Amino acid sequence: MWAFIHKLGSPKWFYGISAKLQPWFWAAAVLLLVTGSLWGLAFAPADYQQGNSFRIIYVHVPAAFLAQSIFISMAVSGLVFMVWKIKVADMAAAVMAPLGAAMTFVALFSGAVWGVPTWGTWWMWDARLTSMLILLFLYLGVIALRGAFTSRDSASRAASVLAMVGVINIPIIKYSVDWWYTLHQPASFTLTSRPTMPTEMWLPLVIMVLGFYSFFIALTLMRTRSEILRRESSKRWVQELVNGQVVNAQAEETR
Amino acid sequence: MDAPSVPLLEHQGGLMIAVKATLVRDLTLLLRRRGEVLNPLVFFALVITLFPIAISPDPELLATIAPGLLWVAALLAALLSLDSLFRSDYDDGSLEQLLLAPQPLAALSVAKVAVHWLLAGLPLALMAPLLGIMLALPAGSYAVLALSLALGTASLSLIGAIGAALTVGLARGGVLLSLLVLPLYIPVLIFGAGAVQAAILGDGVSAHLAILGALLAASLMLAPWAIAASLRISING
Amino acid sequence: MAFASFSEFLAMGGHAPYVWSAWGVTALLLVATVWHARVEQRQLLNGIKRRARRANSLRGNAQ
Repeated sequence: MWAFIHKLGSPKWFYGISAKLQPWFWAAAVLLLVTGSLWGLAFAPADYQQGNSFRIIYVHVPAAFLAQSIFISMAVSGLVFMVWKIKVADMAAAVMAPLGAAMTFVALFSGAVWGVPTWGTWWMWDARLTSMLILLFLYLGVIALRGAFTSRDSASRAASVLAMVGVINIPIIKYSVDWWYTLHQPASFTLTSRPTMPTEMWLPLVIMVLGFYSFFIALTLMRTRSEILRRESSKRWVQELVNGQVVNAQAEETR
Repeated sequence: MDAPSVPLLEHQGGLMIAVKATLVRDLTLLLRRRGEVLNPLVFFALVITLFPIAISPDPELLATIAPGLLWVAALLAALLSLDSLFRSDYDDGSLEQLLLAPQPLAALSVAKVAVHWLLAGLPLALMAPLLGIMLALPAGSYAVLALSLALGTASLSLIGAIGAALTVGLARGGVLLSLLVLPLYIPVLIFGAGAVQAAILGDGVSAHLAILGALLAASLMLAPWAIAASLRISING
Repeated sequence: MAFASFSEFLAMGGHAPYVWSAWGVTALLLVATVWHARVEQRQLLNGIKRRARRANSLRGNAQ
């Protein structure tokens, strides 16, 4: 068990294994996203109430799911880094934060655009949109805090603590915002709380959600590899890995 | 080290003494710098003055927005004093002494936060009814306003101390501190302002106050560990 | 198929600006993150290679 954790913690081992895993996740992401998009945009039936504007659900909901999941995985990575001092976990957390913020932005933007045909306004203090906005601020806080430190180790540990504090607060924020919303806007129409959705409508949604998750995993693997190169560029194994390539390239040139 | 039971006893006996010493020391220090205690109160009154000027002097309109205004202004005033919570101790090195103390840092930091609440949160809560009169806050909600603020600012001090501890080592941590802490304040704001609103409408306020108490209990349980961990990061980094 | 023709598909039953802007921004953001990740990776690899080559040539000159 301990040997496995240490192996997982070694950037070199992770660099190797992620190279093997990465293509599979990219392939899955492309396949699922293309299928889901075609199905959702062209083949799923229009909503009886919202018409074709309902097709925004296929980007809004996966982005919102991913935005929340990324924060949780960021906090878990932070915990792993703090407890076992596994540097790869912190590198993954560092590259997750901007993607999470981007996904939160996508969820907010698509929600705002969806609001125009549904509510007749760009912004409504809807419970889901409000908690997404707060989530965006939490992401920006983590990113800003990591950037504010000059020492990388302090930055990593501070960002880990803040991510963990944030993840404890997210459910509290979510429930209090829901409660606040129902108090002030009793019988209003929420975007996605649909009790019954026919199969040909929710199946493409499931495909899109899976596609977004595959995309997240593939991109995190790719950017964690870059982060490893950035932080370990003076390590011997990186030098050997890249040096071998340099020697080969020079051999090619002389031939 | 050859008799482990003796240092352990000393340890436990020392905790209450250390907490009390931290309380007394921080209280004395803050009371000597009276400006730091008074400034948030003046800020609170000033912000409340700005709203009738910016919106309208109409008492009816002001009465509808008064609970939210009072709560937001109090929250910002409490936030204003957060930056100095660990700052002077960090600058003169006494924070390092606190870290080196054999007593658990979490307990000592709770003592520091308690002093902050006593001299920032509690005065704000006591002053709020006065400003409520100026905003034509309907009668019957004054006690609830003070009580909800007293309960709420305690949670705010605890949550805010995490942010203050994380940013104390940074040269320009002030704006960053508010960026980190304000999103985490939202649940307290919702239930605090909700309590005053419910009091005005004549609904029961016990549920709101109970939730504020629950939030306080939760932050009292979890925040000290986060504060201690953050202080270690800021000092050792 | 929910639409009779391609132009109907583009029109989205009158909701074209909303549907296509939401989908467009999402697609743009996904593509941009992948592009950024690729550029980042290439730059890092090139940087390490350049440094190694310089070190090699320095060693070569010294010999």
